[in-house]
Amino acid sequence: MANPKIDDATGVETVGHEWDGIEELNNPLPRWWLWSFYACIVFSIGYCVAYPAWPLIDKATAGTLGWTSRGQLDGEMKAETARRASLIAELGKASIEQIAADPKLRRAAIDGGRAAFKVNCIQCHGNGAAGSAGYPNLNDDDWLWGGDVSAIHQTLVNGIRQPGDDATRISQMPSFGRDGILNAAQVQDVVSHVRVLAGEEKPSASAQRGAQLYTDNCTVCHGAAGEGNRTVGAPGLNDAIWLYGGTRAALTQSITNARYGVMPSWGNRLDPVTVKMLATYVHSLGGGEEAPAPAPEEAAAAPAAATK
Amino acid sequence: MTAHDPKLSADHSNEIGLYAKRKSVFPKAIDGAFRRFKWLVMAVCLLIYWGTPWIRWDRGPYAPDQAVLIDLGNRRFFMFNIEIWPHEFYFVAGLLIMAGIGLFLVTSAVGRAWCGYACPQTVWTDLFQHVDRLVDGDRNAQLRLQKAPWTASKIAKRTLKWGLYLTISFLTGGAWIFYFADAPTLQYEFWTGTAASVAYATTFVLTMTTLIFGGFMREQVCVYMCPWPRIQTAMLDEKSLVVTYKDWRGEPRGSVKSAIKAATPLGDCIDCMQCVAVCPTGIDIREGAQIGCITCALCIDACDKAMADVGRPRGLIDYCTLDDAEKEKRGEEPTPLLKTIFRPRTLVYLGVWSGIGLALLFMLGQRARLDLSVAKDRNPEYVMLSDGQIRNAYTLKLRNMEARPRTFNVALDGLDGGAMFTDEMDAAAAKRVLTIEVPPDTTKAVRVYAVLPRGAKPADFAFVLKATDKDGGTDRGGTTFTTAEGNGQ
Repeated sequence: MANPKIDDATGVETVGHEWDGIEELNNPLPRWWLWSFYACIVFSIGYCVAYPAWPLIDKATAGTLGWTSRGQLDGEMKAETARRASLIAELGKASIEQIAADPKLRRAAIDGGRAAFKVNCIQCHGNGAAGSAGYPNLNDDDWLWGGDVSAIHQTLVNGIRQPGDDATRISQMPSFGRDGILNAAQVQDVVSHVRVLAGEEKPSASAQRGAQLYTDNCTVCHGAAGEGNRTVGAPGLNDAIWLYGGTRAALTQSITNARYGVMPSWGNRLDPVTVKMLATYVHSLGGGEEAPAPAPEEAAAAPAAATK
Repeated sequence: MTAHDPKLSADHSNEIGLYAKRKSVFPKAIDGAFRRFKWLVMAVCLLIYWGTPWIRWDRGPYAPDQAVLIDLGNRRFFMFNIEIWPHEFYFVAGLLIMAGIGLFLVTSAVGRAWCGYACPQTVWTDLFQHVDRLVDGDRNAQLRLQKAPWTASKIAKRTLKWGLYLTISFLTGGAWIFYFADAPTLQYEFWTGTAASVAYATTFVLTMTTLIFGGFMREQVCVYMCPWPRIQTAMLDEKSLVVTYKDWRGEPRGSVKSAIKAATPLGDCIDCMQCVAVCPTGIDIREGAQIGCITCALCIDACDKAMADVGRPRGLIDYCTLDDAEKEKRGEEPTPLLKTIFRPRTLVYLGVWSGIGLALLFMLGQRARLDLSVAKDRNPEYVMLSDGQIRNAYTLKLRNMEARPRTFNVALDGLDGGAMFTDEMDAAAAKRVLTIEVPPDTTKAVRVYAVLPRGAKPADFAFVLKATDKDGGTDRGGTTFTTAEGNGQ
């Protein structure tokens, strides 16, 4: 300012503004503030050089340190993988039966399986593994292909009705109605009989007619009393659980067109440890069964019975 | 930090300035009743601070044997025979409220006694001022040394003094961490470099704060930083004891010699400036009550000594309430001390304070050392089994707060016809009462499946926890049983 105005009381220059007689003094900035400000400028220059800072057309300047948020995440994931490496190695070495028998491994497998389930399985089986029509509830005690941990593991590894997998769980129910094996009235009679087996209907003339048709066509897989057969994945028909529904309409549909539920063979898609963890987790949901009487070569696995 | 000449600033008293440069304080050593009391309080405070973590307290094999331990890692607070879990934090909150009301009580009764005697800032400042006297000599020697050029002797003295400051600060900062871990173990780990980094960081920060606050900032912390003096201006009333210069007796002041020459009789104050010389915050109490006065009463000791020397009665500077000051001016008898201290206001504070204390003690006696919480599975809400039974899953958390393993019975209350089993049991072994052992000082989570027969209706029921040993104790967790028809609520 050419002609600075000096405040009388303090001897300090004013900025020249006045509001109702109140003037603003032009005091210098406090030194500590000024130096902090300069330090921030220096820091920001260093920061712009070292870290990604300036936006360009398709990306930002990279920064001399080469830091990226993805790189940082990658490092964290690597560290986590390294932290779990020994446990994963142990799970990899142990058989599915050994995992079930070892409380520490079993707990680790259940925790890992819970996480893997959320990623791979809930699309069909649901977040709580309760399933829905056509997709089995994994919490209950009804198993199509076997509910001990080895059977669950095999189902997971090889999948259900997966072409190209020789060991896949496979069977096929004939489409009794569509292929003309039974006519519409006969299908209704079989429906009646099956509902009687399950205790959902009282015996009737239709059911009696259906009993003979059932014996001729269904017993081979579903058993004389509707007890099912796990070697061919034939569901029990005399229990309270219906995979595709137990109404007359649902059963008519099942018998007429048959069902062909599939599940991917997870052995091709996931690493062996994850599949083992999934099997252990599914087995732990409340319906897991004891392993059947040990096969000769697996006599040593008998103590497994103590853990479940 | 050059000493400011008071006369110089007096000449420029018409200058406008909001900033006052600190005047270094070199308090003179003094002996007297209040000084000796201050020694005692300092010794007790330091002993408690440094000694407490090293007291051992046998709690059996399952709990730490440190009498006072804030175990952040395991979220436990141990204080002698009291163990506090995180959900019992209200005990700590209660203690803090008691501490707050205790300050109100003390302030309204005896003024800023906390500031003058027990506040850590006062205790450590006092300690550092003794170090000053030990190394540099008393007030006059300190003043001389302050103005002296940097000779080898001054450098040596400053190095020694600041070294002692640092040592005390390190011992102070280092002692703090022992409250948070087993002291002997941490001591060993600390020196072998294996302690947690937070232990070193805490020690460093507290060492530096002790050094800066106690060694260099001193009374500025009380005057500028601490909120408590400001609150106290609201807490004090005309019946609170404050250190008072009895100006009606002392003024006009003058030395013994000038009193002989004076035309009119002078007051008792001989203007010896001893009250200013001994003041740890560098104020002149004769200017009246002020925010810098922490009521440490050292000026009372100094004045009493001066009065004894000239043969005048003690108490020219003394603890005195504003009311009594007025009475004494009029020549009336002051209120008796007990009546000053026990008046409605202090009694109300005392009542509230002890009421909270008794409530805490009562709760401490009543609190249960076991607890049950129930969380029902919501996804799926229920599971239909192949024989038509309905199964619901629950996570029970059994909390054993005793330092010994305990066996609990968990029973179904309600849910007629139902049974339960854990995920460690076979479904066929389901029953209505489960026996579960919970390790000492642990919350054990147990997954429980409850089953009702086919066609069951939704129902409300409860799990009941009962300790089987002779000490007993029980808790219940209400919940609901869901079927396809909905839940019991």
